[in-house]
Amino acid sequence: MEQLLQHLVNGLVLGGTYALLGIGLTLIFGLMSVVNFAHGEFYTLGAYAAFAALALAGLPFFAALLAAIAAGALLGALCERTLLRPLRGHSIDTIMLVMIGVWIAMQNAELLAWGGVARSIPHPFPTAPLTLGPLNIAPLRLFVVLTAAALIGLAWLLIQKTRLGTAMRATFQDRDTAALMGVPIGKIHTVTFAFGSALAAAAGALLGPVFLAYPSMGDLASLKAFSVVILGGLGNLAGATLGGLLLGVAEELGAGYVSSGYRDAVGFVAIILVLLFRPAGLFARAERIG
Amino acid sequence: MCKRLISTALVGLVALALLPAGGGAQSSAPIKIGVIEPLSGPVAASGNYVRMGAEIARDWVNARGGVNGRKIELQIEDNKSDPKEAASAAEKLIVRDKVPAIMGAWGSSMTLAAMPKLEEYGVPMVVETSSAASVTKRGNPWVFRISPPSEMEALGLEQYVDKLGVKKVDFLAVNTDWGRGSIQAFGDMLRRKGVQVGAAEFMEQSATDMNAQLTKIKQTGGDTLFLTTAVEQITLVLKQGQEQRLARKIVTTGGSSSPTQLIKQAGAAAEGSYHIVFFMPWFPEAMPDGRLAKAFVDEWTKRGNPFEGLTEGFRGHDGIATIVEAVKLAGRDEPKAIQEALWKVSITGVNGPIKFEKDGPAGKESGQSKPSIFIVQVRDGKVALPDFLKK
Repeated sequence: MEQLLQHLVNGLVLGGTYALLGIGLTLIFGLMSVVNFAHGEFYTLGAYAAFAALALAGLPFFAALLAAIAAGALLGALCERTLLRPLRGHSIDTIMLVMIGVWIAMQNAELLAWGGVARSIPHPFPTAPLTLGPLNIAPLRLFVVLTAAALIGLAWLLIQKTRLGTAMRATFQDRDTAALMGVPIGKIHTVTFAFGSALAAAAGALLGPVFLAYPSMGDLASLKAFSVVILGGLGNLAGATLGGLLLGVAEELGAGYVSSGYRDAVGFVAIILVLLFRPAGLFARAERIG
Repeated sequence: MCKRLISTALVGLVALALLPAGGGAQSSAPIKIGVIEPLSGPVAASGNYVRMGAEIARDWVNARGGVNGRKIELQIEDNKSDPKEAASAAEKLIVRDKVPAIMGAWGSSMTLAAMPKLEEYGVPMVVETSSAASVTKRGNPWVFRISPPSEMEALGLEQYVDKLGVKKVDFLAVNTDWGRGSIQAFGDMLRRKGVQVGAAEFMEQSATDMNAQLTKIKQTGGDTLFLTTAVEQITLVLKQGQEQRLARKIVTTGGSSSPTQLIKQAGAAAEGSYHIVFFMPWFPEAMPDGRLAKAFVDEWTKRGNPFEGLTEGFRGHDGIATIVEAVKLAGRDEPKAIQEALWKVSITGVNGPIKFEKDGPAGKESGQSKPSIFIVQVRDGKVALPDFLKK
């Protein structure tokens, strides 16, 4: 029982970060029909930006977090303006190939800039865990999962409650009609891509101190983000959040009670099952949004 | 007739004039040695340290005038911590760069993936790090290993099991040939010593969150955790173990734990942990060849290489030194001649004596050297000899 509780706590904490990774990706896909293979690289960028700000520039931890988010947003906007905008209207496959190119270019740039050796990102939290009965959780992880929840909430508010969000949702539902109604589609796309990238960078900056920063760290993050998005339904924000938590818990329980050697397999078996029985994703509404 | 004679003589003269020049050009060309290491990816730190050690060996050999009057040159390929890449790196080195010998490929899975290429093209490889028994048991006569297989390591540790106070043990290992082989070897040895074996858990090489495994291990009530993976994951396991209040003696195997880096990156979480290592740069004078070990540490430091890389870097030195000795004994840089000469190599590296004995199926044996094995402990933020080893 104690073990099960600890597994659930671990899974939810891990799942929260998966959700943060997933919503950035699902937003970009939903609004722009861009399959963003470089998503994991923005995660890496966030981790290294935090490392640079903390260890090299000597900024305080929270300022470094903000710097990483800003770096993600900035590079995301740049990427959209220079690569994606000229390709708007091209087939989804063409854009996918361009994003694969961005992925490779960014990963190699990171390798060139930082070398292959992993970096440890310092953080101000105590390393001793908080203990509640039989449960243990590190203060840093608690902070990460709370910040992730706050960011997810913020993203939801932005999309549901603001004028910008309304414009984003209008673009999502019908691009042409939205354009006819005076929504500046170009600006919406730039903001969406910058926002999605900033969320990935935030995840990197938050998880960098928990784990380690190294150039290929984004590959695993990309894989998890795609899993989450497929679980939750492409373009579905609430679905990505729940999908993230579900994947985290499924992996944790799979590793705990089935076999730790097949930890990643558990997540993929879940995805195959979802694709077999609910191909639009677990939380998709009945109608298709195109 | 006369004219013909003169022209023949002229051709002969020209040929004679060209011959030594041509031969000379060839014999002064550098001897290439292929190196396959993980220079990027999850275990990149280790691979880069091995490369740095190999470069020291190269520069030392060249400063002494090279081998057989020729300089040596390293052709270094990145296997990206990926077995598939290791196989294509071996093919590239052999076919494109025409190297007569290779050192590599760090991880057992990477080495095993590269091995069929050695047999296909007939080029010998000195294996500097891999621990899986299968590396020398597959019947590949082109493989010469200077690192200890897990069984040898387990035997080396056997005498200390009682002193370590191990009663009930759990295992956590990377899900590769190395990790699986290590659990097998250490499990066998510990069972023989009457130690109870609890959980045996695995993690993917790229995994970063090991909380599930640690939660499970915590339930077994053991006293010691044997941990087999590279320094990056050891760092994460130690940190996450601390987050879970996992009170265990930790023993890492495989020699890729870099205790100095652990102290730096895992801090207090590394305190008290034991590490099997094959080089003790903290006390070089205690190594079999103290002078060589000291010189290696000094040169490493002089180059500005990170101290924490030394426990890995020495492998690069010893591997290249082994190949150079074989080239010297062979007298030429041909793969087959180097393979035969490797059996005659008898040198002392930074680790200790290197000499190959036959291992694997009869008629197709691989070479296996018997390296020295040491155990150290992290105490008060420093690397020290465990109490039971102090005189």
